[in-house]
Amino acid sequence: MGKKFDFSVNGQPVSVSLDNEETPLLNVLRNELGLMGTRFGCGLEQCGCCMALIEGSPEKCCTKPVWSVAGKRVVTIEGLGSAERPHPLQQAFLDEQAGQCGYCLTGILISAKALLDKNPKPSRAEIAQALDGNICRCGSHNRIMRAVEKAAAVMRQGTGR
Amino acid sequence: MNVLLPGPLDANPELSRWVDFPSVGKVTVLTGRVELGQGVLTAMAQIAADELDVALERITIRSGDTENAPNEGYTAGSQSIQFGGVALRQACADVRALFLEQAAKVLGCQPEELSVLDGAITRNGTSTGQDYWTLASAVDLSVKATGTGTRKPVVALKHIGASSPRLDLPQKIFGESAFIHDLRLDGMIHARVVRQPHRGASIGSIDEKAIRRAAKGSIEFVRNGNFLAILGDDESAIEAAGVAAVSHVAWQNVEAPTPMQQEANWLLQRPAIDRKFGAPDQGNPQGRERFEATYSRGYLAHASISPSCGLALYRNGKLTVWTHCQGVYPFRAALAKILKLEPASIIVRHLQGSGCYGHNGADDAAADAAIIAMQKPGTPIRVRWRREEEFIYEPKTPAMVVKVHALLNEAGKPVDWTQEIWSPTHNLRPGAGGNLLGAIALPEPPPEPPPNDVPEANGGGATRNAEPLYDIPAKRILHHLVTEAPVRTSALRGLGAMPNVFALECCIDELAERVGQDPVEYRLSITGDARARAVIEKVAAMAKWKADAPAGSGHGRGVAFARYKNRAAYSAVVVELSVDEDIRLHHIWCATDAGLVINPDGVINQLEGGVIQSASWVLKEQVRFDNGVASFDWATYPVLKFSEVPEIDIELINTKDEVPLGVGETTAGPTAAAIGNAVSHALGTRIRDLPLTRDRIMAALLTQ
Repeated sequence: MGKKFDFSVNGQPVSVSLDNEETPLLNVLRNELGLMGTRFGCGLEQCGCCMALIEGSPEKCCTKPVWSVAGKRVVTIEGLGSAERPHPLQQAFLDEQAGQCGYCLTGILISAKALLDKNPKPSRAEIAQALDGNICRCGSHNRIMRAVEKAAAVMRQGTGR
Repeated sequence: MNVLLPGPLDANPELSRWVDFPSVGKVTVLTGRVELGQGVLTAMAQIAADELDVALERITIRSGDTENAPNEGYTAGSQSIQFGGVALRQACADVRALFLEQAAKVLGCQPEELSVLDGAITRNGTSTGQDYWTLASAVDLSVKATGTGTRKPVVALKHIGASSPRLDLPQKIFGESAFIHDLRLDGMIHARVVRQPHRGASIGSIDEKAIRRAAKGSIEFVRNGNFLAILGDDESAIEAAGVAAVSHVAWQNVEAPTPMQQEANWLLQRPAIDRKFGAPDQGNPQGRERFEATYSRGYLAHASISPSCGLALYRNGKLTVWTHCQGVYPFRAALAKILKLEPASIIVRHLQGSGCYGHNGADDAAADAAIIAMQKPGTPIRVRWRREEEFIYEPKTPAMVVKVHALLNEAGKPVDWTQEIWSPTHNLRPGAGGNLLGAIALPEPPPEPPPNDVPEANGGGATRNAEPLYDIPAKRILHHLVTEAPVRTSALRGLGAMPNVFALECCIDELAERVGQDPVEYRLSITGDARARAVIEKVAAMAKWKADAPAGSGHGRGVAFARYKNRAAYSAVVVELSVDEDIRLHHIWCATDAGLVINPDGVINQLEGGVIQSASWVLKEQVRFDNGVASFDWATYPVLKFSEVPEIDIELINTKDEVPLGVGETTAGPTAAAIGNAVSHALGTRIRDLPLTRDRIMAALLTQ
């Protein structure tokens, strides 16, 4: 009855049994674990809606087979923050009302988190470059980039950097 | 007393269709308009909060639901606030008046002595002990609206005019279930449809074994005529099967569109229905100079970020469908026809999808789910299109050719303007007779819809914004409604407005250049409309427009203006850019008069979205054909990226006017034309065909 895959999601150990070890991580997150924040956009690793952090690195998980994350740490948007305890990026996105339909936002937040982890004071051009792997079709780009700048400033203050 | 009701309220006069007080302290507001990412539900809540005098937090919005919400047709055409919002506002004012009447009866006073404070009835500023909820059982809201409830004067509005945060954004930012894609029903199974390439194509053979092998999991085939679906519990298996089926199902009688057909010029020689509007033809008067120029734009995709999704459950003779389409009532009517059900036995509920910007695959995906559900009674069916499926099968916005014929006076100003248009239809929505894709594959496909376009009374389809707002004594439109298109075409943000405004506003620049006049001055010299003048002057000031910037230097700036549909919001746009091999946008300024603004930040967000989407269309987008639709993913249909988006400044003027004007589509035309004008300014030569690709730029420079 299927193979077992153990890894961690948002700090919690998870174990899933699947017949098909090629099952994309995205489908495991959404259909097995009920984590809906990671979205399906293309299934081709082109749009960035399905970004999650794997061992801290932003990755598109629509085609990433579940076997490849066995034993690894996965962080999804649900692990970033919540309405009660928003991550500074999420708070900044709310403050800037950075979004229209909002479908791309969770993937963008993950890309932005990975950027700020590496580069706490990115320029506008560096933010744009970091987000070029994410598609926004509604035209919220400038609000999103403003929000990332704002979050970066808040986080630098928080850490005294 | 007979008062003229706002259209949607006239069509749904029963007040209980708009407002309900379900439990103490709570208000439910119902609207036929649906959230497409444009923030409309937040704006509706603001409107209701003001006219009912309740806190925003008390309000729950229900929208797009054939069981409960009013029938407002489609959420389209930048009409939600201009019409739906105005209707809701009057409905709320009428409800408030009914409650004050009832309160006055209970309290033995005149209604005029009473007012409402967050739902509580007050008299001389003190509580009366009565509120909406104590009175609710005695107030019958199943009565018809009278339109006599007094709306608040603009100065008394608190919520309207404030930038309330979007109600739907938090769940999207925190990654909660927010979209139709996230709905999971008990016992639900997944499905993918093996798409019929087009009407008349039939299944030759199905290599079931190969598809099952690719699925690596249990799948089931459901077939009805040429409608073929793959079902299963495991979404990964049916997705893999759906991909495999593309090459393992052979179709007969397939005619694929060719590269030649992708170009707008192909339309010029096609059969068409010729229509004519406006001033009588003056022939070719002596002594008048004539100016003619032809502009074009290729086919575009909506390219919604998420492929379409629909769910359906058929149980006990009742069909329930969940969809992100723009019109639940017209969709229900179309579905009833193809499934041979009574509309009353179908419930259609709207759930949010990603931004659609018009008629994408939403209706078709929901119809797919419904067709399958009818064959699987009791089992909820979830269909989610594949990315390639959305790109290939969504209705495209049609290519258009627009030729302007202008007669000029001695000062070089137009006195006679003909805008001649070649375009397939902009409206194959199911409510306009368009076919649902799944239905065409069934054993008895519905007939081809007769050639048609959006009526001019509704703003027109291909003719939208074809009439300049400028002071030109004679204006006319010649519309060649092309009746043969290589692909299904339907509504995309602004319909014909973008190509028409691109053509006419580029032409205005060409005319200004002819007489050596600055484009801003030239426009003002032929514009009497005070609101039009105000946005043009405003944007020129914002951009620090100078009349004598050098041309042909590789750096350019352009201006353009339109009033959307000549009856919604006014927008003027200035673009600054540079051109070498490619176009680099530096800065875009936009001034808009949308009349009474419900939510300024929401309006700016919409205007900015329109600017960026239009810039993407103009710089990058065209659906290519090559043995079929060859733009099938984000690599073959690239859109504007974060690093390509310019700085954008938007200002609203005249926001306290009495009447709101629709804004969602107003910036698309002026942005396209301002980019075209700026490129011409930068290059010293004009490109009249969209998109402004590298090939076209090189060709323009070589022929200079």
